[in-house]
Amino acid sequence: MQAQRQLKIALVGNPNSGKSSLFNMLTGLNQKTGNFPGVTVEKHTGISRLPDQTQAQFIDLPGIYSLYPRSLDEQIVSEILLHHRSPDCPDVVVVTVDATNLKRSLLLVTQIIDLGLPMVLALNMMDLVAKSGISYNLISLSEMLGVPVVPINARTGTGIDQLKTVLSQSIAPPTREIFTLFDEAKHGVKELRETLGTDNDYEAYQFLQQPASLSFLSSDERSFIDQLKEKHKFFPGKFHGAETVQRYGFIQSLLDEVTLKPRPETHQGISTRFDKIITHRIWGYVLFFAILFLVFQSIFAWATVPMDFIDGLFASLSNYLTDTLPEGPLTRMLAQGVIPGLGGIAIFIPQIAILFAFISILEESGYMARAVFLMDKIMRKFGLNGKSVVPLISGVACAIPAIMATRTIDNWKERTITILVTPLMSCSARLPVFTILIALIVPDKMVWHFFNLQGLALMGMYLLGFAAALISAYIIKFLIKVNERSFLIMELPTYRWPKWSNVGYMIVDKTKAFVFEAGKIILAIAVILWVLASYGPGDHIERAEEYVLEEASREALAEHELEDRIAAYKLEHSYAGILGKSIEPVIRPLGYDWKIGIALVTSFAAREVFVGTMATIYSIGSEEDQTTIKSRMRAEINPDTGGPRYTPAVGFSLLVFYTFAMQCMSTIAVVYRETKGWKWPLIQLVYMTILAYVSALLVFQVLS
Amino acid sequence: MTSGKRSVAQMKPGEVAVIAELEDDFISLKLMEMGCIPGATVRFNFSAPLGDPICISISGYELALRLEEASSIAILN
Repeated sequence: MQAQRQLKIALVGNPNSGKSSLFNMLTGLNQKTGNFPGVTVEKHTGISRLPDQTQAQFIDLPGIYSLYPRSLDEQIVSEILLHHRSPDCPDVVVVTVDATNLKRSLLLVTQIIDLGLPMVLALNMMDLVAKSGISYNLISLSEMLGVPVVPINARTGTGIDQLKTVLSQSIAPPTREIFTLFDEAKHGVKELRETLGTDNDYEAYQFLQQPASLSFLSSDERSFIDQLKEKHKFFPGKFHGAETVQRYGFIQSLLDEVTLKPRPETHQGISTRFDKIITHRIWGYVLFFAILFLVFQSIFAWATVPMDFIDGLFASLSNYLTDTLPEGPLTRMLAQGVIPGLGGIAIFIPQIAILFAFISILEESGYMARAVFLMDKIMRKFGLNGKSVVPLISGVACAIPAIMATRTIDNWKERTITILVTPLMSCSARLPVFTILIALIVPDKMVWHFFNLQGLALMGMYLLGFAAALISAYIIKFLIKVNERSFLIMELPTYRWPKWSNVGYMIVDKTKAFVFEAGKIILAIAVILWVLASYGPGDHIERAEEYVLEEASREALAEHELEDRIAAYKLEHSYAGILGKSIEPVIRPLGYDWKIGIALVTSFAAREVFVGTMATIYSIGSEEDQTTIKSRMRAEINPDTGGPRYTPAVGFSLLVFYTFAMQCMSTIAVVYRETKGWKWPLIQLVYMTILAYVSALLVFQVLS
Repeated sequence: MTSGKRSVAQMKPGEVAVIAELEDDFISLKLMEMGCIPGATVRFNFSAPLGDPICISISGYELALRLEEASSIAILN
């Protein structure tokens, strides 16, 4: 294929300006999600064809309010727009603006105009402006700003064709300079331009204002800029405030000129009336917890149907392969290692899709900002953010989608803490472990004729996880040192109906990100764990049958009993079995033997594997149902004491261990994906394991 | 006490005032970018049920901020 001219078009705008809707409108499903090199910021690109057949690559940049970045997301935008000599520098910048909020939006517009990149101003939500009885003279707006202005409606698609037409014509860079440099800044700017050769004054001025946030500058350039700053007494933020005031001055006179009917200064819109209820001291929280309950309930309950289906599908695929392919190590690897591993990835898709459908609706409708508003004061005490509530509660269903949901938290420290503590919330995979252990050690009795003791114990485990999450957050708050001051300056957007296609794009995007990024690691660990559990040193595995037959020659065993015995023998002599035995000295103080040790090793794949391993190891694998496992575990004798192995002390110790331990490779994989590195998942694994170990030790020693 | 100098944090629901100055250097740059510039009209809408954060109207839209940030916005009275 011959190299075709591809136009690079960057979409820039405030959060809530409809930028993502516009991006979805322009590119449809021709989208790709990647990451900006070296950082965790997501990069959305998409291809579209313009009316003159030019191919355009659109890049959806993170929402910003100004060119002065406050977060990593925002810094990316400044870097892309200021690095004019980079091959990634956009040919055209489309600035999307919420026309109902023109005044504040114009601050960013004027900054970008001053950068001198060819740009188009896309005025979104013009229909809402018209409804409120205001009209703007778009011709004089375009003339005064010196850039083309296109009214659009990113929800219905109105004006998109016109925008594409404007984009296909060659757009001259704006020549207007809106911001007049302060006299004290002029010499420094002039000198910098002469040496580094920037395109215009404002670009040079930005280099002097914030070299620290522009990572593309070479060390030579940086030291030169530092000298200049010294010489001309530039210090960060010196002119920043004055610049903002000057720009707002320009914006006010611009608006006076182009507004055809002045906006009535009322604050009694529909949003204000909604806010009366939604942020009400009682109804606000009632509604908030009702929504959380709905989210929780749907991940917990609705997701099980597709999850069971996926589970069954992969199980029958595995059986099918075992039956059809020639017997051998490769077939076993495929049917018992790879296919179940893939199934272990796919099983999370329903939960991820449902959670992100809700999150997307909450964000699109404007509710998320209110949730933060309601919860900020409480969560702040624990080093968390109002937005942490959604991941924490979703964590009760599953930590995987919950951790992915922390993306909505802007503050890096608060987001990291939320990621670190979310897996302490008792997820649904712990439920089978909890129920079997509780049934084993807690009597099935009623207290006060109303509460079932076992039910109370189960609730206690959930509360324990929740308390541990909050307390850990509180402690971690003091351990993570950052210079980032915590503040909350957040727009409360007007309430809107969610745009359903945006909800759909979000679901597709998040699911893809999970399957392709975290999925790789989950698959790898699944295969490793499978190898550990199915192979062992020596000939014990291959000749398991002979050994068991020899051992059991005097017992009359039915065929399935014999098979179960062989499976147990194989597991005992596999690498996982050896690992379980070798950690016995470490876990003995917790009251565990090597059999529990093996279950700890294998259930690292997922906590619920504990039950299956117990079934295999106690040779009841073929009748894996809860009652059988329970009675078998109850009958197990501790050779040291002669009493039952699963005393209340051991049972509670195990319960506490499973509440706190990071027994989930998928969570590790997703934390790796979300924090872009092994540092945080490892810290998390270590602290949770220590917490689990020490707590289980205390419980066992106190109770026994 | 300086002669009755008030900040947005001390306003009452429904009260309208004009911003005099921003007193916290770090936060002020961010606040100004969001439209809180000296001379702008600010309206205190309501506070969260626990008293913090608060919601104000500025430059024709609604902005939420904590009392800590609000107390750095001095108003004329």
